[in-house]
Amino acid sequence: MTTRSERLLLLIIALVVVAFVLAPLFLMFATALKPDENQILRDLGNAHAFWVNPVDISFKNFEAVLANKTFPILRYMLNSGIIVVSIVTIGIFVNSLAAFSLARMQFTGRNLVIAFIVALIIIPMESVAIPLLLMMSAIGWVDTYKAQIIPFIAHPFSIFLFYQFFAAIPKDLDEAAYVAGASKLRTYWTIIMPLSLPTIATVAILQSLEYWNAYLWPLMVTRGSDARPVSLALAQFFSTPPPVWGNLMAFSVLMSLPILTVYFAFQRWFIQSTIGSGIKG
Amino acid sequence: MSYMKRDKRAAWYMLAPALLMIGVFIVLPFLMSVILSFTDQRLVPNPNVPTAFIGWRNYLRLAEDGDFLNAFWRTATFTILVVPLQSVMGLGAALLINTKLPMRNLFRGIYFLPTVISMVVVSVIWSSLYQREGFFNYAFTNLTFGTAQPIDWLQNPYTAMPALVLLSAWQGFPFQMVVYLAGLQGISQELYEAARIEGANRWQEFWHVTMPGLRNTHILVAITTTIFAFKLFTQVQLLTQGGPSSVTDTLVRVMYMQGFRQGKVGIGAAAAVVFFLLVLGISLVQRVLVKEERAIQ
Repeated sequence: MTTRSERLLLLIIALVVVAFVLAPLFLMFATALKPDENQILRDLGNAHAFWVNPVDISFKNFEAVLANKTFPILRYMLNSGIIVVSIVTIGIFVNSLAAFSLARMQFTGRNLVIAFIVALIIIPMESVAIPLLLMMSAIGWVDTYKAQIIPFIAHPFSIFLFYQFFAAIPKDLDEAAYVAGASKLRTYWTIIMPLSLPTIATVAILQSLEYWNAYLWPLMVTRGSDARPVSLALAQFFSTPPPVWGNLMAFSVLMSLPILTVYFAFQRWFIQSTIGSGIKG
Repeated sequence: MSYMKRDKRAAWYMLAPALLMIGVFIVLPFLMSVILSFTDQRLVPNPNVPTAFIGWRNYLRLAEDGDFLNAFWRTATFTILVVPLQSVMGLGAALLINTKLPMRNLFRGIYFLPTVISMVVVSVIWSSLYQREGFFNYAFTNLTFGTAQPIDWLQNPYTAMPALVLLSAWQGFPFQMVVYLAGLQGISQELYEAARIEGANRWQEFWHVTMPGLRNTHILVAITTTIFAFKLFTQVQLLTQGGPSSVTDTLVRVMYMQGFRQGKVGIGAAAAVVFFLLVLGISLVQRVLVKEERAIQ
């Protein structure tokens, strides 16, 4: 059994890990809240980097970032928001509907379609990016939301996650619905989907994280700020020398806040969804 | 029309949107990648020089191309360094949370945070730590009592790769932690009780109960982390652009530079096909290992 001193030791180790995990995040928040860039530069070179004196807190960097016309952060966040919300909401319907058909209906070729979709999970986005870009420019979609939304709606791995979950729901439910005169579509919508909230959350969280943080594809398919997502915008802000750390960190804080808020609200589901993604490969 | 027939048609209608989009946006570009890899297609085609099939020439060129081979070895190096580090960090954190630690859920919630943060943000934060006047050099000079010269961690050929490995492991380890936690909770408590009755100490318990119980989790973690590591791009593009002296170049970066920046779609596509085959190979290893395990049981 665990003794008291052992528990104390565990707690100390746990706190050391907390420091390792949180230090870079403290640095981000502290630097963003410091008003004087020269002070920031000095602080980055020692342990003050991770702390801001509460009396020195200032929102000057946030004001500067929000007022920056070359990098309109609110526009970029709106772009990312539109892209992520569209992919996630449309994707949930399209993918779960396909999975419903595969898991709970009988038709010839069903097993073949399942095998096909599972095989496609392994294709990395990176290896189709260049032909996809050729397609996008051929149909004039470069620098649009469409190019960042429509290719990513149908998602083999999400279909697979839904399929696994749907296949485990007892078949009696469908039969009861059928006897009661419900159509298949109705069964899907009123019986199966309400039971599937954990899987819907898993898919939504995995997809949101992926596209809020997207980098390679927007780098290829966007030109100006019209449709550019926020992660790529930060990358470009960062690559414009010299680095103004206060502004960069304020930008980083602003772009992380939506995800952090959602994370703190749905923490348990985030962790569950990671386990779900572990089946991949 | 019979019920069955209507049912069948409905099934295909429900599948149609997903299958159509998968066909257009995954299968078609994938086939295009394969076909383009045998051509000399350019991103901006020259109207006077039509695209021609050039057989295996792109692949032969890649095989002789110093940049591509270098990128392959650098990506492999990154993977060999980051996978064990990240897995050990993940397993360590999972073991810690799986004990009688007070406030376990709070710790788990905090440890998970780095994975929620965008890799671009992570790169910005860590570049401030790695810069010449940054915290790492402050700690480094203090630890060596002022005898060591400050290092440009990301500009130095010996430290650039380890620096990228460390920040990637920091951002990625919560994934392994959560998967290991699920694995640990899957090990039967009876095995631990039996070990205790046999008089096993903690250390023996770990090596003879915990580690064998995690066999499939180890395989899963190793393979998914390896595939993920192979896709290395964002942090490299932001922090080192493949440098210094190409020690941090990666396969995805070569694909991006050749196929997109230099507009050599043919070569870029060939690199993409090779990249796909590598990822496929890694995941087949997993299938074989997991099957073998099932056959033994």
